[in-house]
Amino acid sequence: MGKGFDGARAADVVAELRETFRSGRTRSLQWRAAQLKAIARMIDENEADITAALYNDLAKPPTESILHEIALAKEACLFALKKLKRWMKPRKVSTSITTFPSSAKIVPEPFGVVLVISAWNFPFLLSIDPVIGAIAAGNTVVLKPSEVATATSSFIAKNLPHYVDNSCIRVVEGSIPEASALLEQKWDKIFYTGSARVGRIVMAAAVKHLTPLVLELGGKCPVLVDSNVDIKVAAKRIVVGKWGCNSGQACIAPDYIITTKAFAPKLVDALKITLEKFYGKDPLGSADLSRIVNSSHFTRLKNLLDEDKVSGTIVHGGQQDEKHLKIAPTLLLDVPSDASIMKEEIFGPLLPIITVDDLEHSFDVINSKPKPLAAYLFTKDHKLEKKFVKTVSAGGMLINDAILQFTNPHLPFGGVGESGMGSYHGRFSFDAFSHKKAVLSRCFLGEIPMRYPPYTPLKQKVLRGLIAGNVLPLLHALVVWPAHKKV
Amino acid sequence: MENGAEMEAVGGGCDGARAAVLVAGLRRGFASGRTRSYEWRAAQLKGIARMIDDKEAEIMAALHDDLAKPHMESYLHEISLAKAACTFALKEMKRWMKPKKVPTSITTFPSSAEIVSEPLGVVLVISAWNYPFLLSIDPVIGAIAAGNAVALKPSEVAPATSSLFATILPNYTDNSCVKVVEGSTPETTALLEQKWDKIFYTGSGKVGRIVMTAAAKHLTPVALELGGKCPVLVDSNVNVIVATKRIAVGKWGCNNGQACIAPDYILTTKSFAPTLVDAMKRTLEKFYGKDPLESSDLSRIVNANHFRRLTSLLDDEKVSGTIVYGGQQDEKRLKIAPTLLLDVPHDSLIMKEEIFGPLLPIITFNEVEDCMDFINSKAKPLAAYLFTKDKKLEELFVKTVSAGGMLINDTALHLANPHLPFGGVGESGIGAYHGKFSFDSFSHKKAVLSRGFSGEAPARYPPYTPQKQKILRGLINGSIIALLLAILGWPRD
Repeated sequence: MGKGFDGARAADVVAELRETFRSGRTRSLQWRAAQLKAIARMIDENEADITAALYNDLAKPPTESILHEIALAKEACLFALKKLKRWMKPRKVSTSITTFPSSAKIVPEPFGVVLVISAWNFPFLLSIDPVIGAIAAGNTVVLKPSEVATATSSFIAKNLPHYVDNSCIRVVEGSIPEASALLEQKWDKIFYTGSARVGRIVMAAAVKHLTPLVLELGGKCPVLVDSNVDIKVAAKRIVVGKWGCNSGQACIAPDYIITTKAFAPKLVDALKITLEKFYGKDPLGSADLSRIVNSSHFTRLKNLLDEDKVSGTIVHGGQQDEKHLKIAPTLLLDVPSDASIMKEEIFGPLLPIITVDDLEHSFDVINSKPKPLAAYLFTKDHKLEKKFVKTVSAGGMLINDAILQFTNPHLPFGGVGESGMGSYHGRFSFDAFSHKKAVLSRCFLGEIPMRYPPYTPLKQKVLRGLIAGNVLPLLHALVVWPAHKKV
Repeated sequence: MENGAEMEAVGGGCDGARAAVLVAGLRRGFASGRTRSYEWRAAQLKGIARMIDDKEAEIMAALHDDLAKPHMESYLHEISLAKAACTFALKEMKRWMKPKKVPTSITTFPSSAEIVSEPLGVVLVISAWNYPFLLSIDPVIGAIAAGNAVALKPSEVAPATSSLFATILPNYTDNSCVKVVEGSTPETTALLEQKWDKIFYTGSGKVGRIVMTAAAKHLTPVALELGGKCPVLVDSNVNVIVATKRIAVGKWGCNNGQACIAPDYILTTKSFAPTLVDAMKRTLEKFYGKDPLESSDLSRIVNANHFRRLTSLLDDEKVSGTIVYGGQQDEKRLKIAPTLLLDVPHDSLIMKEEIFGPLLPIITFNEVEDCMDFINSKAKPLAAYLFTKDKKLEELFVKTVSAGGMLINDTALHLANPHLPFGGVGESGIGAYHGKFSFDSFSHKKAVLSRGFSGEAPARYPPYTPQKQKILRGLINGSIIALLLAILGWPRD
């Protein structure tokens, strides 16, 4: 599925998957488990190739590939396999006296035919992870990997079909024309990871068919650093969360730091020391840093640095190698708030540090910007921690570390406001791709004649009592009434 | 004074500028933090409950004005449900507001994790005309319980109820954070141009699309409570008298069929149809008498537009010829009698559009399974009903038919259970509410992971080495040994 994939072909694919979905084959636990086991096997058997593709696309260090993409994808499979039976089980809920006798439950059912559109920065994980959720919930699924990560897209397109049921799971490669052709079709759910700009396009396309969405977008993830910290540990965790995550090209990577004017010098020093320890004196030569994905993003990042009033604030790094698409970890101190680097999501190895007099002011700074996907705080002060959690809104938060919230399958991972809608991971993936159908079941007993016309004041009175939870009217309704009235 | 300027925004003539002022005011109200406390939220809900108690007579009068809604229905379907929503939220809200602790994984040891519910911010509720009181107040209750500031736009097609809201709600709630905006398309459009943190819309699929398009501009999440053709599958293995009573009260006893979950059409087997039709006729006569146009227990059709829409469904000869009961109309009083049609052509308009009125087609198939195929060939409805004593058929139905919600052996009641999510799927809607689902619908579930500075795992830091990688893999696989090694500082740098 590649060039020449137009609207007609997209319609064909959707029609086929709809037919297969109607056949019921995706509904059984056995089918779903078989697909998930196959995906886990694919990951195991192809680790070297996946790592190579990621290196091709991003110069991603093998350790990051294994940690952030391969291991997390495998974990998602295993977690789903372990929990699937429980997730699929209908959930009994309470019934009220007004429907006595009755039983009520919530039944999860697949939406049907779903579309997953992936991103280029964690091109393996962000393709496979949502697909795992879609399959676990019993849907048929089309995956459109990002064309910006060509080697990974190609790997998935070539290999996934050998492991999974092709009548239910398809990969469509391509760029804007192919994505547009797909978006014109009627999907039962669309799951998109990427930018807010394209997120709006996806949502606008979804309107036509009233298709529900999950949008995993981005934002400027702030890191608030208090003076009351273990500064060495804080610096290490910030650095590994930023540059140890695809060289800052991650939706939850620290985007900028806020700290007090008084503490900034210490923090900057600690960061410099840590950066040197991690990446050496010549970071452009370090094998432990991803490169910038392509020249268009390289230019974008370079322009952020070249802006007037910005280049002068560089306090560490700034080295660039356009040929190899590398930019060294760069710290900037006190960039102006109206500079582009403080307005757009950076998505790269540049880390501005802005300072305030009082840390409480930083909450206002953060809240004046669109809600980010993640917000971080480093402090030993529990009161400050509480205030932060209460006052700052973000998709998710992590205190005293960075990015790790991503790895906990019991936490929903998703944005709010400009950073997205919906969430996934663990059970939330299953839920994202399920419709929770309410089912109330009665038998023919428990007739309450008062509910039927002709309406009379007496009937209304009895029903009022019933609704108020009085048992007497219920008894009256069930026992006494039928005896003396034949309605 | 600020409040004065904002009050002007409430009412006719709310254009883009005024809508912007309104939203800015609500944003200020939200930013003040006042909606965050349990006390504020409880005070608003108590205020609303008091309003319902104090103004019951006015509410019933407005509903009668707008729809000739029988007082029994006004009480049962609007007032009591609205009051129950307040009471339930007041009872459960503390628990809903509490952060939920979740397990942590070995990879972040030691740490604690929880999910914190926070309000989305400033939300817009757009209500519908058929249950104009309930469908306004119910979502507003959810918005408030979740700590949001909220603007309510009641339906202008139910003007008496809309007007009542605009008059009384401000007297019972905090006006800096709860506002009513009256108006029609221009005012709604002006509101939809603003940036909201959530939009909750009840109404038609056509307007639902307009709402979602507007929402896309600001990446605003939406809940859309729409409609569809709610099928009723009637097996032969039933108590037919009870079945017809429950079908009739769910159809004509629900705003004369003008309800999103009212039975839209019946499916049954060819062999059972005569028995069913007979029983339905007898039940209808028992409920509404020989001259149903005179019965005070039936709502009227809401307005002339909808009256024309409904009567034109009967214009088709192939359709009017299938009327087996009813069909009487009174255009002056906007009344249409309960009408049964048997075996209308499947491609007629009455079988393609949501009826939303007192006409009930009955279509027949040879087998019950064919009925289910027919249901699945149509857009997913808000509700699907089945009448049967056969447990296996019940299981098959639940498994095979997709709908917002389902009810076996009754109609409409599931909406009264606050433990069940009420919402559509596919064309019938996005999202759900009632009970805790209302609270969740207007909340952001924020993941919060908290660590201390201990539990350092040097293995995670560059420079990367094969030994570090090995330990980290073990950690991700949940290996305790890997954890021990990691926090003991292996490998040594």
